[in-house]
Amino acid sequence: MTAPQDTPQNAPRPPGLPPVAIVIGALFFLGLVGLMLYGVLRSGDADRDVLPSALIGKPAPQFALPVLHDPSVRFGSADLRGAPYVLNVWGSWCAACRDEHPVLTAFAQTKRVRVVGYNWKDEPADALRWLERFGNPFFVVVADQEGRHALDWGVAGAPETFLVDGAGIVRWKHTGPLTEQVVRGQLLPALEQAERAR
Amino acid sequence: MSAVLRALLLALGLALGAAAHAQPAGDASPLRFRDGAEEARFHRLTAELRCVMCQNQSLADSNAQIAHDMRREVLALMRQGHGDADIKRFLVERYGEFVLYRPAVDTHTWLLWFGPGLVLLGGGLAVWRIVRRRAAAARGAASDDGEQEW
Repeated sequence: MTAPQDTPQNAPRPPGLPPVAIVIGALFFLGLVGLMLYGVLRSGDADRDVLPSALIGKPAPQFALPVLHDPSVRFGSADLRGAPYVLNVWGSWCAACRDEHPVLTAFAQTKRVRVVGYNWKDEPADALRWLERFGNPFFVVVADQEGRHALDWGVAGAPETFLVDGAGIVRWKHTGPLTEQVVRGQLLPALEQAERAR
Repeated sequence: MSAVLRALLLALGLALGAAAHAQPAGDASPLRFRDGAEEARFHRLTAELRCVMCQNQSLADSNAQIAHDMRREVLALMRQGHGDADIKRFLVERYGEFVLYRPAVDTHTWLLWFGPGLVLLGGGLAVWRIVRRRAAAARGAASDDGEQEW
């Protein structure tokens, strides 16, 4: 009854934070660490600044552009309708396009799908020389010398690669050079899906 | 000497080659405006648009080729009589909401708009609760002291 100790009720609170605050603080700290870890892991990712395309699931832009090898002929979306095609934006000035060229060539040689070249803001003579030197894997190459129509595709740089299905809907886009992993892991599955939907 | 130069050139080549998503080198001929009003409207509009290549620059400030092309397109659309909202919609349809420095309030942008406010509100609430509890504890302690003094 006359215990010398204080009862818990009127014992002075030990200095420090209540347990709830400590738990919240710890969770906040862990969240922060997680965020930083995510940032560090993504910093090695070459695609970290890549924006998602606004065109996925939407109709591909209508275009009819001069053919690189014969500018008197125009070729465009109307000629491509009915089956899927891959559109690869490139330029002879673009070093990364040369890096992806072997991958793109290997993919095009499987004849799985038509690979259309979109020669962007390039000198036709330079573009032709580039194709002669490194090989022309394209079904056809259209030239957008002014770069005006590339805006319709939401192109920010080169290389960029689009997959359009038989109904003319953009299914997939890759920004930056294609790699074997991207082709196998993303492009081929997207293509299979586009073909099945048809 | 020439070895050093070669090494430097090689390093430069590697650095350029490392740019995974490249920009063409083109003529950057300046745009010509008809009058001051058109120029003012153009500058106001492009300052609100983000360059898609160098993402921390506005379309007005960026020197990237694609920014040059987009500026040219903005001016062309202005001359065709399109309003600012129309021009913004044109770019959003192609490049996504990202091009707007002030995107529309939407299901996927509400956190961007209201997130800071929510954090501030949460912090304020926490501070208010702590202060209230401390005040109550101080009052309790004061009355305890009083009792013990007597």
